[in-house]
Amino acid sequence: MANATPGAKARPLSPHAQVWRWHVTMAASILNRATGAALYGGAIILMGWALSLASGPVAYDNYMGLLGSIPGKVVMFGLTLSVFYHLFAGLRHLAWDSGKGFAPATANQTAWAALIGSGVASVAVWVLAGFMGKL
Amino acid sequence: MVQLTLPKNSTVGKGRHHPAPAGAKNVKTFKVYRYDPETPGNPTWDTYDVDVDACGPMLLDVLIHIKNTMDSTLAFRRSCREGVCGSCAMNVGGRNTLACTHGWEEVPGKEIQISPLPSQPVVKDLVADLTLFYAQYASIEPWLHTTTPEPQGEWKQSEEDRAKLDGLYECILCACCTTSCPSYWWNGEKYLGPATLLQARRWIVDSRDEATGERLDALEDPFKLYRCHTIMNCAQVCPKGLNPAKAISEIKAMLVERVV
Repeated sequence: MANATPGAKARPLSPHAQVWRWHVTMAASILNRATGAALYGGAIILMGWALSLASGPVAYDNYMGLLGSIPGKVVMFGLTLSVFYHLFAGLRHLAWDSGKGFAPATANQTAWAALIGSGVASVAVWVLAGFMGKL
Repeated sequence: MVQLTLPKNSTVGKGRHHPAPAGAKNVKTFKVYRYDPETPGNPTWDTYDVDVDACGPMLLDVLIHIKNTMDSTLAFRRSCREGVCGSCAMNVGGRNTLACTHGWEEVPGKEIQISPLPSQPVVKDLVADLTLFYAQYASIEPWLHTTTPEPQGEWKQSEEDRAKLDGLYECILCACCTTSCPSYWWNGEKYLGPATLLQARRWIVDSRDEATGERLDALEDPFKLYRCHTIMNCAQVCPKGLNPAKAISEIKAMLVERVV
């Protein structure tokens, strides 16, 4: 907003993100954005996998070796988390779009459910993969 | 645009400390945002050690006590002191609320931090400039639009239709919700924000209004309405217990329903 008095000093902007005490729904929202962005990276990794598959056994083995290394596994676990979190957050949005789940108490519960649920589901998938000898 | 840090002229420095009067037994520290347009320099955090035995239970009581007995230069808005005027909306302990209806004992933490409504130009101390907020409210034309000739008596409404305004008409336009919204922090110039959209819903759903189509047309815009990402800060902080996020989703649903 312009100052009413010419020559007066510009008004400062009041603190926002600096002072705000976070709500779980706020964290859930920004995480949905962050995991969505991470999944773009995941799509590129998947494309690389398809390319390596088309390029023959040597390229494929090299690519799988890269994904199976420790840093590769960290990235893949992050992607598993992103898939599950983005899925659960998407379900919350589906409920909201049908007009349900807007009460702050309900929104808090579903936010916690999405956060905890994605962690549990990701660990379960990796434990299962371990038992099947796929790690 | 997302701007996580404050502009250079807005960063808050350390300010003065005001000790409690001698003999005070029950002391609570309040950290208050101070800005004076007439003295050079940035805003500061001043701390006040308040003798809480000497003042009332509400945050507004504390602010009035500070102004009367410790520091008469403190500026804040207040009027009704009972949650109907919306003047004393401010950020307390990281959440927006009305100082008059919020007890200081309900605020967690050792010291209580008080600042103006977030992401607004500051006129002085806790007084934010809400010109944009009011202009956005005016932009939805918050009055009855009709084309049929005026009835002899009044515009009648059934009890069921009147009930549709519940949860909307109670809004006092204090701006707690709008200035709590990160989407509004980043796109406040283009996104109408929770309070204005809740009010828009109030006129869209009014059975006596005859401009529902035009009202929906005006909101069908990538920024005005659709910057709501259901972050839910609005419903979390509304001092009247209203739910702007739900009202916004109902407008979105109406926009879909009229084309399918």
